[in-house]
Amino acid sequence: MSVSQSETAQIQDSEDIVRLRQRVRDVMKNEGFSLVDQTKMVTAASELARNTLIYGGGGTVILDILKSQVGRVGLRLFFEDHGPGIADIDQALKDGFTTGVGLGLGLGGSKRLVNEFVIDSGPDAGTRITITRWR
Amino acid sequence: MDTIPILQLDDFLLISIQVEMHDRLALQLQDELTERVVKTKAKGVLIDISSVETVDSFMGRMLGNIALMTQLLGAETVVAGIRPAVAITIVELGLSLPNVRTALNVNSGMAMLRQLAGTSVGGNGHERQPE
Ligand SMILES: Nc1ncnc2c1ncn2[C@@H]1O[C@H](COP(=O)(O)OP(=O)(O)O)[C@@H](O)[C@H]1O
Ligand SMILES: [Mg+2]
Repeated sequence: MSVSQSETAQIQDSEDIVRLRQRVRDVMKNEGFSLVDQTKMVTAASELARNTLIYGGGGTVILDILKSQVGRVGLRLFFEDHGPGIADIDQALKDGFTTGVGLGLGLGGSKRLVNEFVIDSGPDAGTRITITRWR
Repeated sequence: MDTIPILQLDDFLLISIQVEMHDRLALQLQDELTERVVKTKAKGVLIDISSVETVDSFMGRMLGNIALMTQLLGAETVVAGIRPAVAITIVELGLSLPNVRTALNVNSGMAMLRQLAGTSVGGNGHERQPE
C-alpha cells in the first residue's frame, strides 16, 4: 500500500469543519467513489472534526489518498489533537454517551460509516483517530 | 456572513437550506425560526433540505430541536427532500429524528402541513377567530 497524495488541514473553528467536508467530498469525487461512499465518509469526517474542535480544543487532520497493491483506492483521515484525551474509550464509543450537549453519536456513528477505525487516546495524552474508506 | 431566508406562505414558514451549514449558522437559524413562529403565529414550518449533501449529528440535533420548539409553540415541522445517500447515512450514523416529520419533496411537505393545520389544500388559511 502506498500514499499517492497527502495534505494537512487545521481544525480551529466551525468553518474549518465545513472546509474539510468540502475537501473530502471533492477528493472522493475525483477518485471515483460512489455518492453513498462520499456521503458516509464526509459525515464521519464532520463528526470527528467537530470532536477535535469541541473536546480536543482544536487540532489537525491529515488526508491521504491510498493505493493498495491490488490497485484499490482508499481515503484515510488522521485526526489529532492535544486536548484532555478520553479516559474510557469503550464508554465514549457507546451511542448516546456524551459529556457535552451532543447526541453522543459521533464516535460510534463514524466507526459504522467507515471501513477502518482506529482510536488512540488517554487522559492527558490527546486523541488520535484514523478512519479509512476503500472504494 | 450567510443567512438563511425564512419565507412566509399563508400560515406557514418555509426555509430552503442552500448553503453549507456551519455550526453557528445552524444555531442562528434555530433561534430566528423560533422567534418567527411566535411573531407570525405560524401553524407549520417546512424545511427543504433537498440541496443538503451532509446531515451529521449536529444538523440532526438542530432539526430535532426546531421540531420540538415549534411543537411547543403549537406549530408542526416537516423536513422535506432528504437525499437518498443522506438517508442511508443517517440510518448508519444512528440518528433517529423522533419529533421530525419527513416528506419526499416540498409539495408533499406543504400538503402534509396544510392537513396537520386543518386547512384544505388551496385554502387561504385565514380563518377568523370567533369574537
Ligand atoms: N477529541 C476528543 N477529545 C476528548 N474527548 C473526546 C474527543 N472526542 C470525543 N470525546 C469524548 O467522547 C464523547 C462522545 O463523543 P461523540 O460520540 O462524538 O458524542 P458527542 O460529540 O455528541 O458528545 C464526548 O462527549 C467526549 O467526552
Ligand atoms: Mg461528537
